[in-house]
Amino acid sequence: MSDRGLTPVAGLNPPFQPRRVEFLPSVANYATNLFNGFFEWFGSLGIFSWQVLRAAVTPPYEWRELVRQLDEVGSKSLPLVAMAGAAIGVILSLEARYSLSRFGAKSMFPATLVYSVIQVMGPVITGLVVSGRVGAGMGAELASMKVTEQIDAIEASAINPYRLLAATRILACIVMLPLLTIATDTTALLTGWFAQAMVEPLSFRQFIANGFNNATFSAFLPQTFKTAVYGLIIGLIACFQGMRTRGGAAGVGRAATNSVVLASLFLILADVVLVKFILVFFP
Amino acid sequence: MRETNMATALDTTAKQAEPEQDGLAPVVAVEKVFKSFAGRKVLNGISLSVNRGETLAVLGRSGTGKSVLLRLIIGLDTPDSGAIRIHGHATAGLAIDQMGEIRKKMGFLFQHAALYDSLSVQDNVAFPLEHHRKDMPKSERADRVRQLLAEVGLERDMDKMPSDISGGMQKRVGLARALALEPAILLLDEPTAGLDPISSGEIDELVLKLQRERKMASIVVTHDLHSARTIAGRLALLDKGDVVIEGTFEDLQQSDIGFVKEFLKQS
Repeated sequence: MSDRGLTPVAGLNPPFQPRRVEFLPSVANYATNLFNGFFEWFGSLGIFSWQVLRAAVTPPYEWRELVRQLDEVGSKSLPLVAMAGAAIGVILSLEARYSLSRFGAKSMFPATLVYSVIQVMGPVITGLVVSGRVGAGMGAELASMKVTEQIDAIEASAINPYRLLAATRILACIVMLPLLTIATDTTALLTGWFAQAMVEPLSFRQFIANGFNNATFSAFLPQTFKTAVYGLIIGLIACFQGMRTRGGAAGVGRAATNSVVLASLFLILADVVLVKFILVFFP
Repeated sequence: MRETNMATALDTTAKQAEPEQDGLAPVVAVEKVFKSFAGRKVLNGISLSVNRGETLAVLGRSGTGKSVLLRLIIGLDTPDSGAIRIHGHATAGLAIDQMGEIRKKMGFLFQHAALYDSLSVQDNVAFPLEHHRKDMPKSERADRVRQLLAEVGLERDMDKMPSDISGGMQKRVGLARALALEPAILLLDEPTAGLDPISSGEIDELVLKLQRERKMASIVVTHDLHSARTIAGRLALLDKGDVVIEGTFEDLQQSDIGFVKEFLKQS
């Protein structure tokens, strides 16, 4: 009888050999690979950023491609961010009315809505929506170009792909994010006011006057223009992930997913730093 | 039909431009180049050179580093050691824009054509011109694109998208794009791979015609011996990253090397 209670038959059920569980070495290897991969990724991103920066500031400039990308990132994202803004306006309006009523502070409604939309929700929602639409689109487009050798063909045609493909896309994201944020804020405030006006009479003029009472530009401008940094993050990560893709269709899928996931993650992490920075420099 | 095409093509082989030995450095020189990928040696110190008006066919089994050689020459990859000289200038360590100046003198036909799938056939061919011939009036540029597409027999398909044309047609568009900047060096990666004998013969004839008219230095990577014999004056056979033999087709036929004999027999 074998260890498993079976009669050994040559080659069919040989004696049971318990496998040595090499748990610790495999965990150590995994940790080492993860550690190496982490630093390799950041190192490659640094080199990529330098190549893009150098290409972006030296002629020839790719104006036509930049305009195309401004349209791609800006005009085509506008309906989406406007809708997201509209939804956020209604949600904030409903939540704020309920909460403020409980504390007898209904008169604070316009200011609460204005500050929460412009300082917090508008920029973050715009960043995340654009990260989803543009990040995935750019990542997949560039990855597809990479695996079908189109990026190599651009380079072989003596055209700098960092200038033509990456710099234009990143710059378009940097320019369009603040403008899209203004669009999100505007629709959020409009629908927020509208949702309130449906319940209680409140003129738009009164809503705006109360909402922006005592407000200074420094309270709103840095919050809106910090989204240029979001644009940098979204464009940079999407282009980086796309242009380093390997491995056919699966690689394209991975690049698109990683672009969105990493851009969203870094965007939120960057917000932590940016909020602190704004509080220090624009009190 | 294939025989007719081959006969025409072979006839034109004899009329190929003789390589010009003008006493200057070769147009393309590959000197003791080594290249490995993930520890696997692909090129093992190979040396090759091509002069103006000459066509070199690089033959070998799949995975012997033929395409890698072309990528190294155009600077899409960098050698681990050794040197690549274009018109006598070493390409090692050049920044992407400096390498761009050298690449303007080179045309590259990718194995799968690598056409820009968001651009039409004519926009694909116009792409290098729009970036490097900005001084050229639009109408002149359009005429040039039409002329290039006419040369490859695709003037009627200029408005089509790459996805709407066959593999052979895509290769011809790729060839027209490679010729757009009137390069002095033409690099062709498997120009006839995956094509039927008729399309393959047509591509061969086209390459020969272009060589005669433009006197370019060409390197053709292929494992199609018929095509190589048709379009190239000199052949180099690669195996395991080394040049096994280099010479005319007759030199290969007379060789006693076992691999050469086997390759010719199987081809």
